Amino acid sequence: MNRILNFIEKAGWPRVIIGIFLLSLFIVAPFVRVRIDTSISDTLVRFGMNGVMVLALVPMIQAGCGLNFGLPLGIIAGLIGAVTSIELGVTGLLGILIAISIAIPVAIVVGFVYGVLLNKVKGGEMMIATYVGFSSVAFMCIMWLMLPYKSPNMVWGYAGAGLRTTISVEGYWEKAISNVGSFQIGNYFYCPTGMFIFFAVMCLFMWFFMRTKTGTAMTTVGSNPEYARSAGVDVDRMRIVSVILSTVLGAIGIIMYEQSFGFIQLYMGPFYMAFPAVAAILIGGASVHKASILNVVIGTFLFQGILTMTPSVINSLIETDMSEVIRIIVSNGMILYALTRVVKVKS
Amino acid sequence: MSKDIFTKDNLQHFLISNAVPIIFIVLSVLAIPVSRFSGQYLVQEMLIRLSRDSFLVLSLLIPVMAGMGLNFGMVLGAMAGEIGLILITDWNIVGIQGMFLAMIISTPLAILLGWMCGAILNRAKGREMVTSFILGFFMNGVYQLVVLYGFGKIVPIRNPQLLLSRGFGIRNVTNLEGIRKCLDNLIPLNIGGVSVPIATFIVIGLFCLFVVWFKKTKLGQDMRAVGQDMDVARSAGIEVERTRIISIVISTVLACYGQIIFLQNIGTMNTYNSHEQAGMFAIAALLVGGASVAKATIPNVFLGVILFHLMFVVSPMAGKYLIGQAQLGEYFRVFVSYGIIAIALALHAWKRYKDKERARRSLRGNA
Repeated sequence: MNRILNFIEKAGWPRVIIGIFLLSLFIVAPFVRVRIDTSISDTLVRFGMNGVMVLALVPMIQAGCGLNFGLPLGIIAGLIGAVTSIELGVTGLLGILIAISIAIPVAIVVGFVYGVLLNKVKGGEMMIATYVGFSSVAFMCIMWLMLPYKSPNMVWGYAGAGLRTTISVEGYWEKAISNVGSFQIGNYFYCPTGMFIFFAVMCLFMWFFMRTKTGTAMTTVGSNPEYARSAGVDVDRMRIVSVILSTVLGAIGIIMYEQSFGFIQLYMGPFYMAFPAVAAILIGGASVHKASILNVVIGTFLFQGILTMTPSVINSLIETDMSEVIRIIVSNGMILYALTRVVKVKS
Repeated sequence: MSKDIFTKDNLQHFLISNAVPIIFIVLSVLAIPVSRFSGQYLVQEMLIRLSRDSFLVLSLLIPVMAGMGLNFGMVLGAMAGEIGLILITDWNIVGIQGMFLAMIISTPLAILLGWMCGAILNRAKGREMVTSFILGFFMNGVYQLVVLYGFGKIVPIRNPQLLLSRGFGIRNVTNLEGIRKCLDNLIPLNIGGVSVPIATFIVIGLFCLFVVWFKKTKLGQDMRAVGQDMDVARSAGIEVERTRIISIVISTVLACYGQIIFLQNIGTMNTYNSHEQAGMFAIAALLVGGASVAKATIPNVFLGVILFHLMFVVSPMAGKYLIGQAQLGEYFRVFVSYGIIAIALALHAWKRYKDKERARRSLRGNA
């Protein structure tokens, strides 16, 4: 009993409740005629889709910049890469490679500017990041209309200019990474092996990076900026590096998401994308000041699991679709919990 | 005297401290001729929008005074007001009585929500804004749970026109025909083809007097002290936590009334979106009026509402005539309103950070 209590204390109540909730959803599923193999497969696919975007939050949390509500900046860089790659008409893995290699330089430039801005507003990062994200999404809405893309698969048919709100990547690089070594069991279970390998490589990269000299310095800046400075670490530079890294990972993350999802969502699409990612990492056990790769993996799995399971299970159970409401309450409740908890620990 | 004011240094200071309203004035002056709206139309629009939005924006003033920043939690008050409006529409109580009843019903709810919001914000000192922002999203989920699943099941709703076809849950659009413009048209007045909603302006005027009076009361002074420095206020014997909660409660209740006034003017309610827009527009308008996170005055409110909504009305048409796409003007407006909030917040945080640096340097002495 004591050990259970200890575990709960360590994992935190919200996480335990969400874990039990997800588990009960899986247990109930067969009784309401929801196929368990489809559910698990869907959960896995969505886990792979969102993993890298959640991972993108780690460097900024570690460097003390808080939760990156400005993730849409990275996402926009990714979108530019994806759209340009389709314009060039490259297909398959090469298409994704080109999308990523266009997105990364864009993300570095955007991330640098964003990082410089965040250095000027220490202490108020999160609120400003949110609105920087919002306004940049709105700015890009103008750009998507104006940029001179020509591919007939992407622009509005009747005007011949201006990108569509959703662009299909079918015929270009839909599931190009997912399908590497993927396999199917029966009619319902599909495992996107390639996506998992890619996510694992990203996680490993992050794990190694956090143990390099730069990574350690970054963590120090996050835990104690005064100490870091007296140890000779350039605090502002470290923070900029973390923001750039986060933006680049956000860009790669959205490309992963799109290749699995099959569509590029432009215009207001990226508007709220930071919130599910932030909720996921917090559910995984991260706080506003500390985050690990394990938090990312657990959190993404739990959160995406709930998102997959609630529509099907709750829908068959009470015959009303409450999934949207549950999603809003769980994700924002989790962020709220994290924001109010930090102070309690501090005082 | 008059010479001193126009020195270069003063001018520079004036430009920097009023950068946001000046940008807006310039943009509006450029966009009005392009949009081809008549002067009379614009005056009428601005009067309508002033009467519609000022109260909501005014509700933000008191938490700013208490040093809690912009109260994104005002959407909670707006939700309370909407619940009151749904109920009176169901009971079919129309006219000004209906509006008052809606206020009476939603007041306890707003007090409760405001108290909750204040208590949560007390646990997140120093990050009130982002917390109240997320709290707004969170309560939006709870509101949907109540209104979409509870109404018609737990809360009895008799009017089938309000309910979704499945028998419970309120429809996406609630028709408020019963109380439409009941306050605006209470005292009809028409000046040169422009109708002026006098009664609404009287209510807003009374509220401005309330704010001015409130600042001079003991509680108002306490709030300013808390806003200046919480520790000093505490050692002076002010109950910091309680004062902060009261400021949020007042703001929430006022936002609730503001939303009711707003919706009686519009006449229809987007059951699940109206409150979100209320918060976002009110805050943007206040910042456009030259307010900052730490200082907001009544003139800021009115200037902000006029400038923000001028942009709102003019930019889609300007976009249409300038580039041939109204959509572009619309996106531009969204970009500007979010961008303004980002810039205003960033300027404030940057200034606070600089002040802190300077204070630290003064401790170090002139080495």
